[in-house]
Amino acid sequence: MQLQLMMSSGFSVFRVGISFVIMCSFYMPTVDSLLELSPQKYFSTLQPGKASLAYFCQADSPRTSVFLEELNEAVRPLQDYGISVAKVNCVKEEISRYCGKEKDLMKAYLFKGNILLREFPTDTLFDVNAIVAHVLFALLFNEVKYITNLEDLQNIENALKGKANIIFSYVRATGIPEHRAVMEAAFVYGTTYQFVLTTEIALLESLGSEDVEYAHLYFFHCKLVLDLTQQCRRTLMEQPLTTLNIHLFIKTMKAPLLTEVAEDPQQVSTVHLQLGLPLVFIVSQQATYEADRRTAEWVAWRLLGKAGVLLLLRDSLEVNIPQHANVVFKRAEKGVPVEFLVLHDVDLIISHVEHNTHIEEIQEDEDDDMEGPDIDDQDDEVAETVFRDRKRKLPLELTVELTEETFNATVTASDSIVLFYAGWQAVSMAFLQSYVDVAVKLKGTSTMLLTRINCADWSDVCTKQNVTEFPIVKMYKKGENPVSYAGMLGTKDLLKFIQLNRISYPVNITSIQEAEEYLSGELYKDLISYSSVSVLGLFSPTMTTAKEDFSEAGNYLKGYVITGIYSEEDVLLLSNKYAASLPALLLARHTEGKIESIPLANTHAEDIVQIVTDALLEMFPEITVENLPSYFRLQKPLLILFSDGSINPQYKKAILTLVKQKYLDSLTPCWLNLKNTPVGRRILRAYFDPLPPLPVLVLVNLHSGGQVFAFPSDQAIIEENLVLWLKKLEAGLENHITILPAQEWKPPLPAYDFLSMMDAATSQHSTRKIPKCMKETDVQENDKEQHEDKSAVRKEPIETLRIKHWNRSNWFKEAEKSFRHDKEL
Amino acid sequence: MGLSAAAPLWGPPGLLLAIALHPALSVPPRRDYCVLGAGPAGLQMAYFLQRAGRDYEVFERAPRPGSFFTRFPRHRKLISINKRYTGKANAEFNLRHDWNSLLSHDPRLLFRQYSRAYFPDARDMVRYLGDFADTLGLRVQYNTTIAHITLDKDRRAWNGHYFILTDQKGQVHQCSVLLVATGLSVPNQVDFPGSENVEGYESVSIDPEDFIGQNVLILGRGNSAFETAENILGVTNFIHMLSRSRVRLSWATHYVGDLRAINNGLLDTYQLKSLDGLLESDLRDLAILKDSKGKFHVTLKFFLEEASTNQSADAITLPQDDNDNFAMRVPYDRVIRCLGWNFDFSIFNKSLRLNSGNAFGKKYPLIRASYESKGSRGLFILGTASHSVDYRKSAGGFIHGFRYTVRAVHRLLEHRHHSVAWPATELPITQLTSSIVRRVNEASGLYQMFGVLADVILLKENAMAFEYLEEFPIQMLAQLETLTGRKARHGLFVINMEYGRNFSGPDKDVFFDDRSVGHTEDAWQSNFLHPVIYYYRYLPTEQEVRFRPAHWPLPRPTAIHHIVEDFLTDWTAPIGHILPLRRFLENCLDTDLRSFYAESCFLFALTRQKLPPFCQQGYLRMQGLVSTESLRQHRVESRLLRDDAPMGRDLEDSSQHPGDQELLGAPLAPGPLAQSLDSNKEEL
Repeated sequence: MQLQLMMSSGFSVFRVGISFVIMCSFYMPTVDSLLELSPQKYFSTLQPGKASLAYFCQADSPRTSVFLEELNEAVRPLQDYGISVAKVNCVKEEISRYCGKEKDLMKAYLFKGNILLREFPTDTLFDVNAIVAHVLFALLFNEVKYITNLEDLQNIENALKGKANIIFSYVRATGIPEHRAVMEAAFVYGTTYQFVLTTEIALLESLGSEDVEYAHLYFFHCKLVLDLTQQCRRTLMEQPLTTLNIHLFIKTMKAPLLTEVAEDPQQVSTVHLQLGLPLVFIVSQQATYEADRRTAEWVAWRLLGKAGVLLLLRDSLEVNIPQHANVVFKRAEKGVPVEFLVLHDVDLIISHVEHNTHIEEIQEDEDDDMEGPDIDDQDDEVAETVFRDRKRKLPLELTVELTEETFNATVTASDSIVLFYAGWQAVSMAFLQSYVDVAVKLKGTSTMLLTRINCADWSDVCTKQNVTEFPIVKMYKKGENPVSYAGMLGTKDLLKFIQLNRISYPVNITSIQEAEEYLSGELYKDLISYSSVSVLGLFSPTMTTAKEDFSEAGNYLKGYVITGIYSEEDVLLLSNKYAASLPALLLARHTEGKIESIPLANTHAEDIVQIVTDALLEMFPEITVENLPSYFRLQKPLLILFSDGSINPQYKKAILTLVKQKYLDSLTPCWLNLKNTPVGRRILRAYFDPLPPLPVLVLVNLHSGGQVFAFPSDQAIIEENLVLWLKKLEAGLENHITILPAQEWKPPLPAYDFLSMMDAATSQHSTRKIPKCMKETDVQENDKEQHEDKSAVRKEPIETLRIKHWNRSNWFKEAEKSFRHDKEL
Repeated sequence: MGLSAAAPLWGPPGLLLAIALHPALSVPPRRDYCVLGAGPAGLQMAYFLQRAGRDYEVFERAPRPGSFFTRFPRHRKLISINKRYTGKANAEFNLRHDWNSLLSHDPRLLFRQYSRAYFPDARDMVRYLGDFADTLGLRVQYNTTIAHITLDKDRRAWNGHYFILTDQKGQVHQCSVLLVATGLSVPNQVDFPGSENVEGYESVSIDPEDFIGQNVLILGRGNSAFETAENILGVTNFIHMLSRSRVRLSWATHYVGDLRAINNGLLDTYQLKSLDGLLESDLRDLAILKDSKGKFHVTLKFFLEEASTNQSADAITLPQDDNDNFAMRVPYDRVIRCLGWNFDFSIFNKSLRLNSGNAFGKKYPLIRASYESKGSRGLFILGTASHSVDYRKSAGGFIHGFRYTVRAVHRLLEHRHHSVAWPATELPITQLTSSIVRRVNEASGLYQMFGVLADVILLKENAMAFEYLEEFPIQMLAQLETLTGRKARHGLFVINMEYGRNFSGPDKDVFFDDRSVGHTEDAWQSNFLHPVIYYYRYLPTEQEVRFRPAHWPLPRPTAIHHIVEDFLTDWTAPIGHILPLRRFLENCLDTDLRSFYAESCFLFALTRQKLPPFCQQGYLRMQGLVSTESLRQHRVESRLLRDDAPMGRDLEDSSQHPGDQELLGAPLAPGPLAQSLDSNKEEL
């Protein structure tokens, strides 16, 4: 209702400010998507004075098109300006004259009330920017004058001298984003300023502009001009043409050119600071007041739009400023102390400001690219991702939540896995997700009970179980000591651990036939996928110590590899078959179908563990995130073949041949599949610039020196070339392509230095004043806004300004009080 | 047993002589530890000694534990809160709001099993203490009043001497270590003319009927004074309350020993002019005269001295003679003294050199911050009597405070006499932030004994691991190595809980606007109890601890961190609490304490020569944290990880130097503050 009223009394009335626009959209029924109506229905919705954009199309036209998508997107922004948007389906029964004859001739029409303002061919409205720009352009016909030559501009200028200011802009074409930005600004400021628009490059050039390929916006200060022969001063907006930038620019144009103050510069705040612009105080004293004022005005004109300029009256100042300082510079950043400068040339003032603003711009550019590092920004990827994921509901019901009361009963009643975690710890919560995934995968198939206990609640239980860090996974099995899981904190490895622990280790094999089944993988067919190697210890029945050692090792390795023991009387049959002398280990590699034997003589449990762990390593593995640590441990340089997808069998063969010929003993040869391990791309990027074609073979000396060598990409990866390259490497004849950075891991960002803050506070003896000061500035800021809305403050003598401040802050407090009162009621 | 049974045969008078004459014949029973008093502190110590399997004995004058509580407080309402519900399951956290329980492993021995009242009845405390001693089987000799204690020098003794305790029957007990937990048992009496006319809190009637229509003057302004007043407020004509200094309200001072709101009904009637009133004057300047009608008049000692010959009340000058609006010009029917309690020094022989403290703590024996007497080694004061350490600061004079200081003393003794180092957990540095977050969120000892007991983190070489020690008496920080048996060679953190520096005080408005701080950068201005972490590169010296800056609980550190106060005392907010803490720790240790997924560690392992601690201690030991798909998605969105784009785009933005490549959003170089912390280090 409100909106209608406004519209009928003309556009000029409701264009008070953005805030009003927001209110409009608030009161309007918000329709986010495009209305679809029949012509009859559409015309019945038109309200007097209200603008509406309608796209007429054939009922049988495709439901989606690029234009409709863009139009749909324009619904919301146009609604903000009180303009409704509709798609009108022309049905046969009710033919409207707006319905074109052919599909191609469909058009959009802008109505005000039921008066047609304009029709748009759809290609004019090529995107959402064009739609908004053109619609506003049509509606703001009076407020925005479109001109094509200098004469038009001069006429407008002359007509407005002493009356109003002009905002002149050049855009390369109508409908582009810059055009939309200008139109949106005109919507808000069109009554205050005369907007003038051109797309003629010649016109811009005649104003003496440079870089004419870009959009330009000038502020013509015509209101001040009383002598008609005089030209209006012009201020060029230097920022790119966006709605926000134009808004900020106009705000600085509105601000008083020069303000006189007699306050501590540290406490002074004007609209400039809020807009991120610095303040320049020209220090003046009674004796030189007139001259200083002229200088200041001159500086103010030069710095218009770049900084606020104030005349600081030293004589009536309560705080001391350095004797010789004639300029005070205050940055927009909060908390930065003011600079006292001695500058004897106005150009120095200008360059000081421009220099300092320049830095700011660079920072802004960086900001656009990536958020600037801020102490309060999370830079821990685990904490950040867990936080972002906090609202997702996990199927936690698949795991049993334990408490102090249920813990003991549960872990003694059934074989259980317990996850000890802390609800507030990010790493715990990240792992909890994998844990739940394991529960999902095992659902209904496992005899192992998956449980969890939140140590933030049940601290004592965790301490009693000797859990002092999080997360920890322990397995509780009847009659056994609890075992801590020591593998990767991920679904795959934990699942493997749980599955392999379905049986106890080492498995006692009781017949030759069973042993053969065990070695072939038949015996534990379902477990082979989790352990590619099965280990069988062969002992004669009398070798008790050796058996004990092996059993200990097998127990230690449980959950990671399948181990079995055979020590029947006929063990010799097996040892002879596999050419092993007792005691021995048989290693069955199921993927390769190979069985090898390793002799054990006086080998202690730890050494057996080592032998088995080493045996698990492959000769030429595909390196992955999961298995790198096992190979990394060997402390040898890595020879990595980066492959985009599966490895070419020829390369594999070539490298395996070299392995067999012992050429690669001092290296760890491996290959990386970029499809399985996409992070490999970033590794390549760290090695190469530019990236060579794949596959690429690289030698990385990780543990001593960090040099990276690349096998020449123009050579074929065949044995001879590789041998030659390796020899050259050994002889030091190859140049490395890069050296990996040896930087230490330092704190990513500084911390708050509370000690200095406390020192500063005690040295000032002002700890109690701090909140007070903050309050005052708040009030002042609010004040400022009040001033601006009235937009009448110009060159007022300092005293009145102050009194006004005081009054307004009082008023503000009163207002606040009554507001509170209202709330109570 | 045999010896103690034999002892009575000798008879009390001849005993000492007998020992002197026939030492071989009559070796008195010897204990490693003797505890005096089976009150809360004595039983608490007995519990720890029992758990550690030590040779100890508790001596109790009464037939049951907690005899003080059988009579006091006179009006039977304890003002220690018995908060049975907190909404949390964490037993350690819940002790923050349970002010009556003693520490034990047995959840049945929590006070909430004994009373449902928020302010429980004293009889429940007696019952509780009795059960505590019985259930745990603590060794207490009841009905044994230790009448005299002397020192017997002996080079073989742990401390170079034995403590010789003689009981009322003349039985002698020899002790290597003496733990005194006798509390404050002597009513404090101020000597002034007419003080004989004054009734004491300990014996005054508690029946309001006895006060009907009377004018009552109460001396004192503590909880017992107000408790007494509260009881008779409704039946008296008026109550006036007289004390040396202004009333101290516990909610303004944050000290539980000051006047609790539950007792302050009289303040209400005073300020509403309901005839009751509060006056301030030094009692020692006063005199109380009894007139012919048996009424009491307040006058000044000075007037009395002038007219020393004639003691008749009617003749003595009264202040109102000169000053006719003198406040206490009305005669009183009763004067009641509620001036608190003193430690009973009488049983200690001079050789023990157990002296009373300075002007402020005259009622307490003088002890070190380790609770050991300054006069004799091996003599420790526990419980209420040990409150001189934190008088008017923390809770060391109350059950909810001294249960922790007793534990601290026990830990010191375990190390001193049994070579059991102070318990500590050793953890990898990646657990540093978590271990602090865990403690500040649940630890009750830190919370109750703020400013007195603090956690200490001792860093290992290269700061790759640390030891976490709980609840160490921080005033003894300089002696940490000798007292705990732990080494502090590579720097340390101290985790203390503090109120804001200027927040607490009897005249402070604790409800002022902006009293709480919400922004992390203002955390140092937090007013309510909040964790503060001190970082020292070296263990401070005794000098540094003694001459620390005024109002600082600890010497000036290399760096300090305040975790911003929290309305819910829940310091687990990822950005508000944990992140700033991590940054602080990182900058102190000059390292990166972030956690990383295995994939990031993989990348670092292949593109850098060094790895962050989290990857070293997790991933490289095959314990990397694998990201799930949904977390990976968030990782890409958060821009902490660049999506591993297809090749085409790679080529476009591979213009950076491979060496400087930004692997994660934040730069790896140390920021400006890292340097400033460093420069601080240099200065110190």
